[in-house]
Amino acid sequence: MTIAFPTPDEAVLSRRNEILAGLGRLVAPEALIVTEDERRAFETDGLTAYRQMPLAVVLPSSTQEVSAILRFCRENGVKVVPRGAGTSLSGGAIPQADAIVLGVAKMNRVLDVDFENRVAHVQAGITNLAISQAVAHEGFFYAPDPSSQLACTIAGNIAMNSGGAHCLKYGVTTNNLLGVTMVLLDGTVVELGGAHLDSAGYDLLGLVCGSEGQLGIVTEASVRILRAAEGARPALLGFERVEDAGACVAAIIAAGIIPVALEYMDRPAIQICEAFAHAGYPLDVDAMLIVEVEGSDQEIDDMLRRIVAIAEPFRPKTVKVSQSEAESAAIWKGRKSAFGATGRVADYICMDGTIPTGRLPEVLRRIDEIAKSYGLGVANVFHAGDGNLHPLVMFDSSKPGEMEKAEAAGEDILKLCVEVGGCLTGEHGVGIEKRDLMPYQFNAVDLEQQMRVRGVFDPGWLLNPAKVFPLEGRFAA
Amino acid sequence: MNTLIPRDEQDAASIVADAAARRTPLNLCGNGTKAAMGRPNQTEASLTSAALTGITLYEPAEMVIAARSGTPLAEVVETLAQKGQQLPFEPMDYRLLLGSRGEPTIGAVAAMNISGPRRIMAGAARDSLIGVRFVNGRGEVIKSGGRVMKNVTGLDLVKLMAGAWGTLGFLTEVTFKVLPKPERMSTLLIRGLDDESAVAALSAALGSPFDVTGAAHLPAPDRQGARTLIRLEGFSVSVDYRLGELRRLLKRFGAADILEGRGAEAVWQALRDASVFQDRGERAVWRISTAPTKGPALTARVAETIEAQWFYDWGGGLVWLSTPAEGDLGAAAIRAATAAFGGHATLVRAPDADRSRLDVFEPQAEAVMALSRGIKASLDPAGILNPGRMYAGI
Repeated sequence: MTIAFPTPDEAVLSRRNEILAGLGRLVAPEALIVTEDERRAFETDGLTAYRQMPLAVVLPSSTQEVSAILRFCRENGVKVVPRGAGTSLSGGAIPQADAIVLGVAKMNRVLDVDFENRVAHVQAGITNLAISQAVAHEGFFYAPDPSSQLACTIAGNIAMNSGGAHCLKYGVTTNNLLGVTMVLLDGTVVELGGAHLDSAGYDLLGLVCGSEGQLGIVTEASVRILRAAEGARPALLGFERVEDAGACVAAIIAAGIIPVALEYMDRPAIQICEAFAHAGYPLDVDAMLIVEVEGSDQEIDDMLRRIVAIAEPFRPKTVKVSQSEAESAAIWKGRKSAFGATGRVADYICMDGTIPTGRLPEVLRRIDEIAKSYGLGVANVFHAGDGNLHPLVMFDSSKPGEMEKAEAAGEDILKLCVEVGGCLTGEHGVGIEKRDLMPYQFNAVDLEQQMRVRGVFDPGWLLNPAKVFPLEGRFAA
Repeated sequence: MNTLIPRDEQDAASIVADAAARRTPLNLCGNGTKAAMGRPNQTEASLTSAALTGITLYEPAEMVIAARSGTPLAEVVETLAQKGQQLPFEPMDYRLLLGSRGEPTIGAVAAMNISGPRRIMAGAARDSLIGVRFVNGRGEVIKSGGRVMKNVTGLDLVKLMAGAWGTLGFLTEVTFKVLPKPERMSTLLIRGLDDESAVAALSAALGSPFDVTGAAHLPAPDRQGARTLIRLEGFSVSVDYRLGELRRLLKRFGAADILEGRGAEAVWQALRDASVFQDRGERAVWRISTAPTKGPALTARVAETIEAQWFYDWGGGLVWLSTPAEGDLGAAAIRAATAAFGGHATLVRAPDADRSRLDVFEPQAEAVMALSRGIKASLDPAGILNPGRMYAGI
């Protein structure tokens, strides 16, 4: 519990009743949540170690309501914490005592699907998976698939520029977003992008994507939908040495193959997942790859044959090529249960740095050393094709001080990611979790420039202000 | 005009800091092959990346390449080709269209967000651009993004720099993710379709599971001469399979021939470079992005008012259109059509005088312009970097 929140503004806290009354004039009574019991559901997100009760929660039903709320908040100096489904792993949606939470989850309709132009126009509170479900009857899907896709909203995906397991082939949110309707802090509604490709003028859409709710509130989105491949099947490869698995990943890519997914698990992760899911994973290897390819049956067969041949020189101990949907499901079952399975054996924090994939063996060795130096265990599951690591640092929250140790180990791991040429966060966002680490990746001038751009949208630091930028060194733009 | 040629990034930073102190506007450029695009700006000095050359990082196994901004695009392309890789977004070469000489730079590809036919499946230059270093209008060196392809750390200034035409910063180094070159490329050719049927065929192909990487239509004065092109790339076995499936899928649009090899490559290169509009510059050339199925209606609307010739890329969503170089060059008709059907139009080729008096880029809503002015001021408070190159006031 080492991350500080800004000191709440007493003047705002003392005006709470007045602020609630003002908000009450803007939305229906059921859209304004004020009681302590009901507000408690919003006090945290996926980063549950941190909690803050907001002044109130507002759940508007339209762009116009969002506009009125933001205008009111700006005029009254009230901070706003935007929220989708509250699944952020970096604390991006955690409230502040002197802020209201503005949740978009009620705005969850599909407005239009245009298969010919391959665009879905949706309200921003719709869940990621619901978009795919709305277009599945024509064989289409929305590509970015964060593991929270059942619950997380497209609004949150846009705020965090979310990724998923398949971005090696399909890209992340920013590559699949065509347009947004966004409400600015003064209530102005702007349209960025549309059903066409690329924007006129500056790429404001690209700037907004991943801005963690600090530039405005997105209420509608146009996203690219894609026709799903005819099929997909994975192969499972187990290696005695981490180096061999890393070299195999490089060799697959050097051969011109871009698998749709290329997942890596280390020995502790394999053991934990196998014990939980009984997926048939090899227990005698240090590293395991799940390589999935797409296409027709014959294309998949051809590609998996190539991959197995490429792996051969690295002496895999296990080679399992899925021949059926059931076998594919078994291979994926363990990987997909990694977080849940780890949660059964220990408390853990999930890190999210990215590294140049060539540094993999060295980074894994050093992550292990870091965890050991704190007396903690670590399991690694990650997207090997793009170097996005998810070390799970395990601890026992019933032991005093262990949580802090885990946080410190996590920090060391992220600093290591930056040191080897990577970054602090590949897909979870900075939020509050990595806010104070930003100076490890950016110097003061870089951060100042980002804050100056941010300031164009929110000069008074009212939008999600506790996040992303270290509290020290801020200035009013 | 005075030309400033920084030897390195620090040198560039001092030059810009000095210009900012004296409020001297700078024309930012590489080798000037696209000087005849955008709004002409009036500056006393040019700041060129010509001497900032060299590939600084290339890791084929990590699919990433970084180069100083003045590195010739050709050098980047050649370096990648030696390892069987390529820039995914197939950047266009504007030299034919503009009648210019010299070596286009990789920095300009980023600064102008230059893409080609594969943009429809692989994304634009901005989608592959994962890191930048640049000098802002204060003369400060700024970095954003990095060398790893998954990175959401901080505000994405990379996207802002892509397509800002040098109005927000002087790029010194750019980093792209890259992809393997396909083992084989093949193209289906259907003849004789009108625009609407052609776009319907392209939509069907792009909405299929067969990974189409190019979808274009070239109309002809006599319908029989019209050509509709669908490109497939990948491993040979897979290309064969998908060719067969697509032919079946598109049967109702007519028989399809298959183009391969050098000839097919030349066809896509010509499409990429809009070389059908290569002439001595007698006609104006516009580039219009719209929703693919709106393309035919948009061109028909324009043709109601003015004489125009056109072809389609991106499944119908990218319209290249040429108009007589007289009057407003068709601006009123074209802007009315983009307003009616959605999208945006850029005046790519026209004499300087016309690009001064007409909007080169699609006019924006006032709220968006206000944000753009704010962003310009946040990066370039003295307004010295390519002022007015895109829009007056930014």
